[in-house]
Amino acid sequence: MALKASELKVGDTYEEEVCRNLSRTQIVMYAGASGDYNPLHSDEIFTTQIAGYPSVFAHGMLSMGMTGKMLTNYVGDGRLKAFGVRFTSQVFPGATLTAKATVTGIREENGEKIVDLDVSTTNEEGVEVVKGTASARVD
Amino acid sequence: MAADKFPIEAGHIMMFARSVGDANNIYYDEDYAKTTEPGAIIAPPTFVQASAQFDPDYFLRPKIGQEWFGSAKGPTGITQRSGGGGGGGGGGGLHAEQHYVYHRTPTVGDVLTATTKPGKSWEKEGRRGGKLMFSESVTEYRDQKGELVVTATSVGVRTERPATAKE
Repeated sequence: MALKASELKVGDTYEEEVCRNLSRTQIVMYAGASGDYNPLHSDEIFTTQIAGYPSVFAHGMLSMGMTGKMLTNYVGDGRLKAFGVRFTSQVFPGATLTAKATVTGIREENGEKIVDLDVSTTNEEGVEVVKGTASARVD
Repeated sequence: MAADKFPIEAGHIMMFARSVGDANNIYYDEDYAKTTEPGAIIAPPTFVQASAQFDPDYFLRPKIGQEWFGSAKGPTGITQRSGGGGGGGGGGGLHAEQHYVYHRTPTVGDVLTATTKPGKSWEKEGRRGGKLMFSESVTEYRDQKGELVVTATSVGVRTERPATAKE
């Protein structure tokens, strides 16, 4: 399941649809599991009337968590060395997100083979919602 | 995020994996997990964020006997105006960036501690939200032996206006 350095090259890509038609209930599931109960993510009345947003929206960390699922499916379990992102656009209910990893480098560090990746998650309109990088140990 | 004891528990990982839509059996089935390279149920990459559950003072969780700023009878449960507020408000702004460095993978049975220090802060003029005020915090997750497991750097942003306007 793990990637092999000898079979990777710069420019290789891997992508997955990580959610389809995001439901408010899934956002609530994330609030419950993560412990972030900010009403901006589950309380339509507060979010529209007090905070002034068009609707509740997903936790950035939910988008990052779904992006992380793509990464572990690609690089294997327990292989990530680093994963960092910027939240570049808000994700609203109904979103369909596709997460993509692109190989930017293959190197050795402290006797381990490492792949460096650019990470990008886009919504159904092609708007990037998560942008970042990751590194993982490969065989 | 500060927690004296953040136990890495199988039931919590199952709920977290479901919430991010991750069907990988390593998060659900101990017998399967034993056959994998890590050899046990492990935490998904962003799981340490759930240490919020073990932070007694985490401000985005309603507390017993205290007012909560989300809606109740009215659109907010806060009856006394506490100043501030403003656009993008509600819960201390938005999450701008999150970075993890994994020294090893947290595994069921670990009991981590989380200690947070403030990092840099800076300002920027945004396209949608007006003036943006960024601040960084760095959380170290250490295991029962005191060894570093995950370093998490979070960047929060306060905006003058909601980052996405109502139609």
